[in-house]
Amino acid sequence: MRWYEWLLRLYPAGFRADYGDGMREVFAARRREARGPVAVAALWLEALVDVARHAVPLHVDVLRQDLRYTKRSLARSPGFTATVIVVSALGIGMNTAVFSVIDHVLVRPLPFADPDALVRVWEAPRGYTRLEASPPNYRDWAERAESFERIAAYNVRSANLVGRGDPVRLQGAAVTADLLPLLGVQPARGRWFTPEDDAPGAPGTVLLSHGAWQQVFGGDAGVVGATIRLDGLPYVVIGVMPPEFRFPDRRVAFWTPLRLGPADFEDRNNNYLEVIARLKPGVSLDRARTEMRGIMARLEAEHPVENEGVSANVFRLRDEIPRNARLLLFALLGASLGVLLIACTNVASLQLARSLARRREFATRGALGAGRERIARQLLTESVVLATVGGAVGVLLAGATLPLLARLVPASLPIAGTPSLDPRVLGFALAATALTGIGFGALPAVRAGRGAIAAGLRDAARGSTGHRRRTRRALVVIEVTASVALLIASGLLIRALGEVRSQDPGFRAEGVLTLRTWLPWPRYAATADRTAFYRRVLDEVRALPGVVSAAYSSFLPMVMGGGIWPVEEVDGQPRERSAGETASLRFVTAEWFETLGIPVLAGRPISESDTRDRPAVAVVSQSFVDRYWPGEDPIGRTFHFAFFDRRVVGVVGDVRVRGLERTSEPQVYLPHQQVPDSALMFYPPKDLAVRAEGDPLALVPAIREIVRRADPAQPVSNVALLEDIVAENTAPRVVQLRLVAAFAALAFLLAAVGIHGLLSFTATQRTREFGVRRALGARRRTLSALVLRDGAGLGLAGVALGALLGYAAGRAMQALLFGIPPADPVTFTVAIGLALLMTLLGSLPPALRAAAVDPNTVVRDG
Amino acid sequence: MRSDDTRVRKLLPLPLATVHILLSLAVEERHGYAIMQDVAARTHGAVRLSPGTLYRSIQRMLEQGLIEESRRRPVPGEDERRRYYRITEFGVRVVRAEAARLAELVGFAREIGLTPESA
Repeated sequence: MRWYEWLLRLYPAGFRADYGDGMREVFAARRREARGPVAVAALWLEALVDVARHAVPLHVDVLRQDLRYTKRSLARSPGFTATVIVVSALGIGMNTAVFSVIDHVLVRPLPFADPDALVRVWEAPRGYTRLEASPPNYRDWAERAESFERIAAYNVRSANLVGRGDPVRLQGAAVTADLLPLLGVQPARGRWFTPEDDAPGAPGTVLLSHGAWQQVFGGDAGVVGATIRLDGLPYVVIGVMPPEFRFPDRRVAFWTPLRLGPADFEDRNNNYLEVIARLKPGVSLDRARTEMRGIMARLEAEHPVENEGVSANVFRLRDEIPRNARLLLFALLGASLGVLLIACTNVASLQLARSLARRREFATRGALGAGRERIARQLLTESVVLATVGGAVGVLLAGATLPLLARLVPASLPIAGTPSLDPRVLGFALAATALTGIGFGALPAVRAGRGAIAAGLRDAARGSTGHRRRTRRALVVIEVTASVALLIASGLLIRALGEVRSQDPGFRAEGVLTLRTWLPWPRYAATADRTAFYRRVLDEVRALPGVVSAAYSSFLPMVMGGGIWPVEEVDGQPRERSAGETASLRFVTAEWFETLGIPVLAGRPISESDTRDRPAVAVVSQSFVDRYWPGEDPIGRTFHFAFFDRRVVGVVGDVRVRGLERTSEPQVYLPHQQVPDSALMFYPPKDLAVRAEGDPLALVPAIREIVRRADPAQPVSNVALLEDIVAENTAPRVVQLRLVAAFAALAFLLAAVGIHGLLSFTATQRTREFGVRRALGARRRTLSALVLRDGAGLGLAGVALGALLGYAAGRAMQALLFGIPPADPVTFTVAIGLALLMTLLGSLPPALRAAAVDPNTVVRDG
Repeated sequence: MRSDDTRVRKLLPLPLATVHILLSLAVEERHGYAIMQDVAARTHGAVRLSPGTLYRSIQRMLEQGLIEESRRRPVPGEDERRRYYRITEFGVRVVRAEAARLAELVGFAREIGLTPESA
């Protein structure tokens, strides 16, 4: 019979109360009649079926009743209903959006077969954790390493594609034939590279990304087998990759074989291969790393000059996320959790107030025979309905914010640019809804309702107990704590942004138009051919109305941070090869410094008379002078750099090549005509900068026409204003800041409303007490002070906790703060001041009301 | 009354358990356990109402006004918590209508020679 009791519990409590005894009696009789184990087993089976057939519909009936009642009850208090829904929607929506980004970037497995076994392998010279591998070192790794099932190499390239419509510049990757089998992905159409495709001298083959196939070839199925021209050379399209294949990142539009030839294996210091490998089953990351370091140590012994001080590093592909991107996401997560906490607290306080206001209703229903469980269930239904509507609105809100959050997805990952609302994210939203609805909605309401029934009708309208008052005080402290912490965190980020923005980039970006003409090889392998192109384009551009100056350079600052070369000798003295002995290398035409507004501090700029038959010269930045010739005159000194001895002819101001937030190497500028033929393929000038009066963008059609006349097959790409490039440099920070600040503002607003509500409520509950005090001679001012003091006390407690939490948050994201200390006094003063003001303003109306209590009314009616 | 007729017709056909309970209560007021026993006896053990079926039917029939709780209290020595039920006027009309419906059905079967004897 114990078992039957247990089964009975599955029926709704009301039904059980009415018919439980009868059911027990019937079952007991049936049990007595049952003879033999088979009959008993059949009876139990029947009992189980009985429960399934009847308990579920009975619960549905109750639910239907509750929903009807909920609809009426919520419609009676539209203000409460709307507030709870909006507050829950904001809390759940923001968290769902942030969770979807974090899940997308940090948690979800990469879209490859067994992605946990994928690792990146790097050279690690002294002072570096990651450096691309040189082809000979890569070849030796591939031959010697036992930890990997497969190892493959690739490097990012780009090419001019001419064929359909206007010429376009496409990002691509040159890869070894092993890469796709290593990743475990099949082409959607056609085939992958074979080792024959990868052999030097084989006919050109290319695989297209789904995006390129759609955009450039209009999804034409006949493209497989067709020949296209990349940088003027023919390539046969052998296949199209599936849409979700993005490797090494989402910008890549095509893949060609890497084709390492004998010449590539000659230089162990030409580091340009990105290496990826798949761990053998059962091999740990540590074991692979130890093995690779052992191999590199032997390679150092075999090639003591080239591999001096070079070790190796192995990292999981999943973990190759910029540290700041990760930190930024965690900062957002913290902020959104703060908002959720405050939203939950507000929902709890609203429910608490509402259920206390409904004590008479509950007591009446209790007196009319509704059991405690029945009323609890009713309240649970109400909160869950509210939270569900809030959650649904929240998910819509999250869906709308996702495109804004796409900026937070680092471009360096092989994943889509925008996260999506998939079942996992919806599951998270459901959990957040349950937390808001059940944890913070139903529990307080049910506890309050239970008290009402127990107290009965007579006492129902009376004030609250001490226990509940403590709950409300705790809620106030939580709200202040969370909002202070959020204010401090966002304040620190605002200060950091100001600090970053106030950095001098080293050039004047206003009024400068930039665009790229990447001259393809072998067509432009000869320096004279390139010079003719630059000269023609520059002459015609300079003649356009409004143009002040124009020049070409290898790369634009902030767009390209790399392009670093070791300084090998200074004044004839060899230098040690280390990270501290490198400089950023740029080949430029005349007028480069003038166009970018980089000040020439000494000597002369690069000129068009610095040709191949003249001595090799260089213009260096001030920090280069400070490093090698501090306090001395650098003009006329020499250093060995990029294959030649270069003589310093000028000094210019430093430029923040790597962006406003990072330290940049000193800069070396070389004349573009002093590049030997077919050498330094990566470095010949490709970026054109034009300084103009008026709207520089108005010049674009004319410049495109000039380029087309100079070479009809030459695409123009990356048209941008230099100002936008500088702004773009801080864009992720601005997006993040806007989000955190929006969260903080939201939290502040919610907390202000919540605190006001809680304090008002507490004061209202004490109306009788105040009336009695007034009757006993207390002055109005004393009562106001009492309420204000109460509010201030809670505010201070919250501020203290919030300041600690805010400091901890600041410490955790110190890397993002750009030198602003986590205990920044400005931020703390403002945040604490705002929070105290909010608490005091919140307690002012109730304080005034307390003073206005009429002792006669209270004593007479109480 | 027309509207009452509509109310009756809306309930037809009755679930089998409801018919049995109404028939049982048409004889005399009974408590749940007694209904179960009566139905089992009348059908020679073919219909044994499970506790869930019995009491969910009773709950619904109370709501529909087919039966009501009787004022009769358990006799001394009986379980004091027992509740007795009796059929209402409306319940009688409904079970009558259901019986007529079933009789008509049997009539149709007879007309085409499908009588119980011919089986």
